[in-house]
Amino acid sequence: MDQFLLIALNGLTLAAVYFLVASGLTLIFGLMRVITMAHGTSYLLGGYIGYVIARETGNWLLGALGAAIAVGVLGLIIHQVLIRRFQDDDMRVALVTLGVSLIGTDLMLAVFGGTATQVAIPAAFQVGLPLPGLGSYPLIRLLILLVAVLVGVGLTLFINKTRYGSIVRAGVDDSQMTSATGVNVRVVFASIFFLGSALAGFAGVVGGTLFPLLPGQDGSYLLFSLVVVIVGGMGSVPGAAIGAALVGIVSQFALVYAPTYSLVLTFALMVVVLAIRPQGILGRRSAT
Amino acid sequence: MTTQPDATHEFRVTDLNVYYGRVHVLQDVSFSMGTEPLGVIGRNGMGKTTLVKAIAGFVPARSGSIEFEGKDVAGKQPYQINHAGIAYVPQGRRIFPSLSVHEHLTMVGAKKSARWNVPAIYDLFPRLAERRKNSGAALSGGEQQMLAIGRALLSNPRLVVMDEPSEGLAPAVVDHLAEVLRGVVREGQAVLLIEQNLRFATELCDRILVMVNGRIAADMAASEIANNPEVQNKYLGVV
Repeated sequence: MDQFLLIALNGLTLAAVYFLVASGLTLIFGLMRVITMAHGTSYLLGGYIGYVIARETGNWLLGALGAAIAVGVLGLIIHQVLIRRFQDDDMRVALVTLGVSLIGTDLMLAVFGGTATQVAIPAAFQVGLPLPGLGSYPLIRLLILLVAVLVGVGLTLFINKTRYGSIVRAGVDDSQMTSATGVNVRVVFASIFFLGSALAGFAGVVGGTLFPLLPGQDGSYLLFSLVVVIVGGMGSVPGAAIGAALVGIVSQFALVYAPTYSLVLTFALMVVVLAIRPQGILGRRSAT
Repeated sequence: MTTQPDATHEFRVTDLNVYYGRVHVLQDVSFSMGTEPLGVIGRNGMGKTTLVKAIAGFVPARSGSIEFEGKDVAGKQPYQINHAGIAYVPQGRRIFPSLSVHEHLTMVGAKKSARWNVPAIYDLFPRLAERRKNSGAALSGGEQQMLAIGRALLSNPRLVVMDEPSEGLAPAVVDHLAEVLRGVVREGQAVLLIEQNLRFATELCDRILVMVNGRIAADMAASEIANNPEVQNKYLGVV
């Protein structure tokens, strides 16, 4: 029973990291339909930037903030310079961003090397929190779960309850008509691309705090966040939360009870969900 | 911003040429209007929709100018044309399926002090107030048209360009819409109305342009065409 609870909590905190990465992807890919292959690269780069800033300043929060802004700005530049000119051609966008991710991966390998690094946290957070039935559980993991919940609630409210959120959804529905209501859609989309990239950078710092940062994680996090977005339903933030929770929990339980099939089971989850609900758990059936 | 047009208010299209590929859709179209509503009629495929799309910035013009209040808006982005004071009610309404009725109206961001703000649109179309929480996609054709008109008015434009607002609507709904729009026009709101429905156009506008094969074939008083089957047959082929 204890072990079961422990695995469930581990699954949920892993899900928190998956959700943070996927929340950015659900904006960029799910909502704006930009097929980016560089999202995992944004994650890993954010982790490394956060690692450097936290190491130099001793301030984790500064590292997280700096990584989010730096990756966000870099994403914005890539969007303006490369992606926007091919925005109606999915295949080209996918190839261009794949190129960006390959170059980024090698540059990071050159700069940060192939050994594992981890973002440092203040000693005050490196404690266990006594939990009934478990003994103690790392406080930092629970805090990260809380951060993921806050980000999820904040994003959901932003998209569904604010005027800017309405404009974003209108722009996705019909960008020309949205422009005709007086909105510069190009600026709106750029801002959302910034936000999505910044979330990936932030997720990199959070993930790099819990787990070591390693070359190759860019690919696996891109893959997992794609699975999360597709399982949850394109463009739905609560959907991404559910998708992340499912993927996190399934992969953790599989790791303990059927380690050989861990990866297979994660994708089996996607297959099952898509077989039952092709639009994803909270996705809407697209009209077009 | 005010809906009361100033004295310098003039909309002028000069020698406008639009091509789709090699097809010459609009050929040297020229006309001008002030604050009085102007109707443009013509059969299908005569270039009426292309004309408004060019005005709204949805299709590029090959040559010619579109001036509003002394500024050339040809070749500008749709949002710049909106900022210049021209709002657009598109053919087929182009409601956003992801937005509720209320969100369609609030997203435009009209000032509370402006003539057209969200409560004013609900006063104009009480039906929209009843359906404020509904998704735009769940509305009837008439309700969608009201929403598209409300969305355009909320920009507090000095000219509203409407493309076939009566299309696909039941006669009773068309009558209701005409009545509401007459009130709006009476307030001094300038309207450029593209229509196939002759009665709707002549009820709203005193002056009518007729488009034939991408050209303005006639410019006449509404009374001239409304009661003249010969003219109607010639230009519209109403058989």
